[in-house]
Amino acid sequence: MVYLDYSATTPANPEVVETFSKVCLEYIGNPNSLHQLGVDAKKLMDASIKQIAELLKVREEEVIFTSGASEANNLAIRGVLEKYPNRGKHIITTKLEHSSVLECMNYLEKIGYIIDYVNIKEDGLIDINHFKSLLTKDTILVSIHHVNSEVGFCQKVQEIGEILKDYPTTIFHVDGTQAVGKIPVHLENIDLYSFSSHKFFGLKGSGCLIKKRNIELEPMIHGGKSQTDYRSGTPALPLIVSTSKALRLALQDLDKKYEIVKELSDLLKQEISKIDGVILNSNENCIPHIVNMSILGIKPETMLHALEQKEIYISTKTACSKDSSNSLTLTALKKDDSISGHSIRVSISYLTTKEEINTFVENLKNCIQNLKF
Amino acid sequence: MERVVLIKYGELTTKKGNRKFFIHTLYQNIKKKLDGLNIKISRDISRMYIEFSEEEIDTVLKKINQVFGIHSYQVAYKIETDLEKIKELAIFSMKEKTGTFKVETRRVNKNFPIQSTEFSGQIGGCILKNNSNLKVDVHHPDTTLTIEILDRYTYLYTDKYFGLGGYPVGVQSKGMLMLSGGIDSPVSGYLALKRGVKIDCVYFEAIPHTSIEARNKVIELTKKLCQYTDSIKLHIVPFTAIQEEIYKKCNPEYCITIMRRMMYRIMEKLAKKNKGLVIINGESIGQVASQTLTSMSVINAVTNMPVIRPVACLDKLEIIDISKKIDTYDISILPYEDCCTVFVPKHPVINPTIQGCLKNEKQFDYEKLIEETINKVNTIVIQEDKKQEFESLL
Repeated sequence: MVYLDYSATTPANPEVVETFSKVCLEYIGNPNSLHQLGVDAKKLMDASIKQIAELLKVREEEVIFTSGASEANNLAIRGVLEKYPNRGKHIITTKLEHSSVLECMNYLEKIGYIIDYVNIKEDGLIDINHFKSLLTKDTILVSIHHVNSEVGFCQKVQEIGEILKDYPTTIFHVDGTQAVGKIPVHLENIDLYSFSSHKFFGLKGSGCLIKKRNIELEPMIHGGKSQTDYRSGTPALPLIVSTSKALRLALQDLDKKYEIVKELSDLLKQEISKIDGVILNSNENCIPHIVNMSILGIKPETMLHALEQKEIYISTKTACSKDSSNSLTLTALKKDDSISGHSIRVSISYLTTKEEINTFVENLKNCIQNLKF
Repeated sequence: MERVVLIKYGELTTKKGNRKFFIHTLYQNIKKKLDGLNIKISRDISRMYIEFSEEEIDTVLKKINQVFGIHSYQVAYKIETDLEKIKELAIFSMKEKTGTFKVETRRVNKNFPIQSTEFSGQIGGCILKNNSNLKVDVHHPDTTLTIEILDRYTYLYTDKYFGLGGYPVGVQSKGMLMLSGGIDSPVSGYLALKRGVKIDCVYFEAIPHTSIEARNKVIELTKKLCQYTDSIKLHIVPFTAIQEEIYKKCNPEYCITIMRRMMYRIMEKLAKKNKGLVIINGESIGQVASQTLTSMSVINAVTNMPVIRPVACLDKLEIIDISKKIDTYDISILPYEDCCTVFVPKHPVINPTIQGCLKNEKQFDYEKLIEETINKVNTIVIQEDKKQEFESLL
């Protein structure tokens, strides 16, 4: 099997699974219980949150555990809008966001918010001048991804944060789902930051929203004190501890892992550039973990299943938006149908090997040969 | 390039006769504190030298910042006493600096061929040539590069950091700290430690009126204090029986006064049992009814043992500042009842009298109760969390 869909999800790190199982069996108390078992569970929860905070250089009270990035995105976006109803009705985002942001925006538009989408330049980065021209004092929220999930563009979120310093009432949300565990993440100048654990070898159903302490949120799930006031429900202790551990392991030797991925990514790009009819969509603004390409004349689903028969697993666009046919990201880049309608995404990790890349390239060539007519 | 931490002793230098003992105690304390790290400590009459491995520098400095008896310290480059090597290193160590600077040379090794002032001038010149962002200012420099030339080795350093000051813990005998879980008593413990006093902590608990969480809070506070000393004994006094008896038998106005008198009696007995010479607590003049001067004198009348009140004359905000600095504030404000808050009468007496106390205390046989209580004291040894708890899980 050749797994090349790490940006859809990753296999859990066995050490994380071990932690999960131990916590399930040995820390049975509810962290909110007053007896000793509860106190022990609370301590473990606090230590886990503390570690997450330290790893991301934020405060402990700024870490909100959620069921993943989709929930974190919803909580961030809708949470601030409900909390600050009088700050303005204008929101800026991009067409390159994850569906959990875009669908929020569609909903918000229906209930009266004005949504502006920043232009994306040909190189995949947002047009900063256009962005500046959109900003008004009614802009309550700017929501921009850190790394785009389909093609891998890495936005300069710190630069955007700098610009927003002149707009003190504008809240800056960044979806960091594809960034955490892959590239160094700096959270200065960012008010809200979401991520999912399963993208960095953690467990599905867990993630965080980092919320700077000067921002308030209206909870989406009411019910009083949990791990935080912003998201109720019995704290999912095993998942919280697992997230903390997965994050620590992911950030360990991050630069070395990055180099491994970079090397493999360069190899892959070099090889596919030699194949006729394959156009590379990822560019130098993309993280090396994601390599998006369009295969002219072959439907992406056909390609996906053809490769699947060889036990090679990739994505068409992103796993989260398999219902519509064209890639929204590539459409936003004003690519024509032959490109945006024919893209596949290969995503690699430090676990990927050279052999796997070669196997993929060989099979891709064969499939193209067989499928073209 | 090798670096070492140079430690300057605190007030120690003034204590002539005891100096050796003081330095030895500091040496032992630092050694214990840095246990497990890859370090080597040596000392002479004026300084201590810690060799460390580069990747542990942050941990080493963090820990040094928790040891009393250190006036200041520098992180210095250490090289052979060799003219060219010193020059090279001087340039290297000033490479990133901007603003004004001066060079100060201390030539301990008088065989070194160039005199101090001349050498400073020469090195200054070399630095200027290699870093155009610097200017010389010998009166008020932003950075002072100190070069200490010894026989074999030379030390170079620019920044000086202040340590905690005080005396090494252990140069004084032991005191018994009344630790309640509030903001003031941990600060008092910290200040006592600062003067070199070893401490045992005493916590009065009234289960089930107070919870296990209140006890855990005190344990956490004790752990914080352990950062500044080795391990600390925590004596947990089961106070329920005495407290209930007081509230059954005594005039409500006097309850707190009587309770404090009982605590002092127990403290004295525990101190004698554990070789403590003084009682230390977090009383601050006028803060609450039991801390007016009249109350203090009436309460204090039950013992001849000296009672040290390190925060007696500090304002609440000053105490809070220290508690934040030593990281106890966030624990102290956790909302669990302790035995001083659980039975507060509506109008505690502000000006109690000895006669009033004696009259109330006649209502029950407290000596027997105290005896029974002392026998049931539970003593645990608290240590600083050496490594992160739950390490295997996280």
